[in-house]
Amino acid sequence: MGELNKLKVIGTPVPKHDGKIRASGKAVYGHDIKLKDMLYGAILRTEHPCATIEKIDISKALKLKGVECIITAKDIDVNNIGYKRDHPILKSNEVNCERDEIAAVAAQTKEIAIKALQLIKVKYKVKKGIFDPFEALDLNSPKINSFNSGKFDNKNIAEVFKYSHGNIEEEKSKSKVHIKRRFTLPRVTHACLGTSNISAQYDKISGKLLLYSSTQVPFLYQRDMAHALKMNPSDIRVIQPVIGGGFGSKLDMYPFEPICALLSIKTGKPVQIIYSRKEEFLASPTRQPMIIDISCGADKNGSFTYRDIKIIKDNGAYTSWGATTPFVIMQAFSSLYKVAACNFEATAVYTNNVFAGSFRGYGNPQATFALERMIDLLADELKMSKSEIRLKNANFKGEITGQGLHYDTCGHKECLETVINKSNFNKSTKKSKEGRYKKGIGLASMLHVGGGAKIYRSDGCGTTVKIDPYGYCTVISGSNEIGQGSETVLAMIASEELGISLEKIKIINTDTDIKPWDVGVHASRTSFVAGNSLLGAINLLKIKLNKKAKELLDSKNDDFNYENGCIIDNTEDKSINLDKVVREMHFSEPNELAIASYFYEPSSQFQDKEFKGNVSGSYAFASQAIEVEVDTYTGNVNILNVYVAQDVGKVLNPLLLDGQIHGGILQGIGYAVSEEMIYKNGILQNPNFHNYKLLTASDIPQIHFFPIETNDKQGPYGAKGVGEAPLIPTAAAIANAVCDALEVEFLELPLTPERVLKAFNNKKKLIHEF
Amino acid sequence: MVKIKGTNKYKISFLLNQTKVEVIVKASAILLDVLREDLNLTGTKPGCNEGECGACTVLINGAAVNSCLYLAVNADGKEITTIEGLVNNESELDPIQNTLIENGAVQCGFCTSGMVMSIKSLQNYYISKNKSAKTKIAPTNQEIKKWLEGNLCRCTGYVKIIEAAEKLLTEKV
Repeated sequence: MGELNKLKVIGTPVPKHDGKIRASGKAVYGHDIKLKDMLYGAILRTEHPCATIEKIDISKALKLKGVECIITAKDIDVNNIGYKRDHPILKSNEVNCERDEIAAVAAQTKEIAIKALQLIKVKYKVKKGIFDPFEALDLNSPKINSFNSGKFDNKNIAEVFKYSHGNIEEEKSKSKVHIKRRFTLPRVTHACLGTSNISAQYDKISGKLLLYSSTQVPFLYQRDMAHALKMNPSDIRVIQPVIGGGFGSKLDMYPFEPICALLSIKTGKPVQIIYSRKEEFLASPTRQPMIIDISCGADKNGSFTYRDIKIIKDNGAYTSWGATTPFVIMQAFSSLYKVAACNFEATAVYTNNVFAGSFRGYGNPQATFALERMIDLLADELKMSKSEIRLKNANFKGEITGQGLHYDTCGHKECLETVINKSNFNKSTKKSKEGRYKKGIGLASMLHVGGGAKIYRSDGCGTTVKIDPYGYCTVISGSNEIGQGSETVLAMIASEELGISLEKIKIINTDTDIKPWDVGVHASRTSFVAGNSLLGAINLLKIKLNKKAKELLDSKNDDFNYENGCIIDNTEDKSINLDKVVREMHFSEPNELAIASYFYEPSSQFQDKEFKGNVSGSYAFASQAIEVEVDTYTGNVNILNVYVAQDVGKVLNPLLLDGQIHGGILQGIGYAVSEEMIYKNGILQNPNFHNYKLLTASDIPQIHFFPIETNDKQGPYGAKGVGEAPLIPTAAAIANAVCDALEVEFLELPLTPERVLKAFNNKKKLIHEF
Repeated sequence: MVKIKGTNKYKISFLLNQTKVEVIVKASAILLDVLREDLNLTGTKPGCNEGECGACTVLINGAAVNSCLYLAVNADGKEITTIEGLVNNESELDPIQNTLIENGAVQCGFCTSGMVMSIKSLQNYYISKNKSAKTKIAPTNQEIKKWLEGNLCRCTGYVKIIEAAEKLLTEKV
């Protein structure tokens, strides 16, 4: 790896490697794929979130001209999907949530497919659904998911996570203050601009299935698809077209994907399914809604003593990877700020709501909201400053937390100090009692994995790197681009190490038949894991190149520099063109390729049964101080300034890093003040951008970003993962700021004008009555 | 515009990216679908098909329009520009596209076509406004934000897009 102080490419604002193709409209997204003789698929979903299916009549639909195939559960021989295998692809006897799939059509046009859906008649026996997880836990409630394996005492529990460290009772007795609260977090959605899509092409002669899929995890997806369809995984080839936004929404395989494959298998023709925006809203996974009961304490000096947490997560009708978010949630509670004792229990409960999945932050925004609200309350109770209490308890380099996370580097304190100083957090703000607009400021930190997360058997990534006889480099990476910029970072690394200019570097990363294995794009892992993997491959390749260069240059040296397309022997002032070395490798004995492959596995460990262990190769920290102005007439929260300091290890590309920070913060602001999926008896009431409020260009605050470089030895050039972190503390800091401005308390999100006004008016009323 | 006898279809013609095209469309056909399906110009993106997200923005006689809410028959006789039409000589990107790329304003790119077209329409608006003005003026930061309110983006947080638009429109109006 190049010496840090001599870096030429790394650390510079290189524009997106594939920017031109995306900005010119030439990029091919799943929506743009057209295959010969392609049919259009559409899915009939239930009208009722909880019902028994008595009869499905497809006879009229089958007669419609242009309809080539209709499938229902009885027409297919498949396995359930989901990591608990509790999710039938098409539902046969009962439906359990609004998005449930009953039948699917393949037709010659989209219009015919939709018309056919309207001709399918389903007779239901409607049942009263259970939409409240506490009601689902009632022993008298019926079993919601009939495939639940029954591992737990209660028939409606999908998953339980328990963790503890330290002695809670002992710490309670040491505590001067105790706070107890219940927080309720809403259901929100990814709202990717490109809706879910898939094109499937089955070849009856070879028995092979080709999928154009926007999955984030192509190799796990290939295996899941094979299990669902009872096929050999290697007979399934997954090609990823350009992806119109991910944010965690494409971590699982969902029913529409094997449905599309089945329609292609039945018809022998390519079939495409593209969600409408309404379908995207009601049939995508969501962030976990949860109820967090937390009690915690601090001693007279403000040191955190204990945290006792019980969480009920609304799993919805089926179980996705989202049910495993407690892996991350418990980290925030056990290891963000020093805390002597922690008890944690999270239970995922089946309901007749749509099922929750994974979403950027993976449970961490919810946890951080609860924790950072509690820290403000502890500070108030102790009459301590909100910055002082955080600095006092901040994590530090060399710390091994109660859960066993090793902080080899840790910028937590520096992040806190930076935003406290830059935002002038401690300036005394005298709150005016009168006046329509009230200002406030809030502070919050976050901890997240920064070097992958060892949850699967491997958290690794493979890379093949080759140089052609013209001096161009091809990087075949297991990891893929979902818009975040990983292709650019990989090209920069190859350019840095091999001295090849960026335009001569090609990234191949979209085809499971070609690329080496990788676990997938998640856990902010790609720059760290795929970057290290590429560095490993380049090191191996350089052994071969160096050997040939030494021979050709007749050098005594073994150490060469790679610059401007040349291999240079600095000690003897000799150099040779890289392309020439490659040609000589190919065409002279022993005739070998300029190619090398490497599989990188992070040094992280599996956690034991008690969830203890160093699960990531590195840990990222961030703090945000956010200044708001609240309109006490309308309840509107105006975000003025966001000060963010984030321990990124090392800035690889400041331009792309800014993009991750800004985008994450805006998603965090949406979570804090405007986004909420509103359900009435399990039916989504706002499945459109008109009523589900995404923020627009007019809503952006001033964002002041201060990267903190801690140069983690494990990371490529010292870098840590950055993708999820920016949105994690945002809602917490905003809630703290609004509470500061109005001197009220909020126990739920989002802080809509209605909720803010209600809290403010209730307080006024109380003061008046008093 | 000519109605095709015995059908509910019309033959329409319009100037598409500087080239005259003729196409037969249903009376109910939406411009977005005609561009993407019949004319194979898939750079214009379908984000919501209900006029909320702006991904499908095209220029009609120079002004930004959501093509998902525009009946194709209404395009008859008009001048339409899509993202593909901004590339000069099929190889040279428009300064708006280059400025967005250089400023890190493109992530997944699904909103980018629409963003580019909306910025282009603002540029057109100011160019024509400046023609008759004594001193040239450029849109303010607030105006740019307001102008782009109809284009949703989930990746970038808009910051870099606005910075790029501001940089470009200060110089090129």
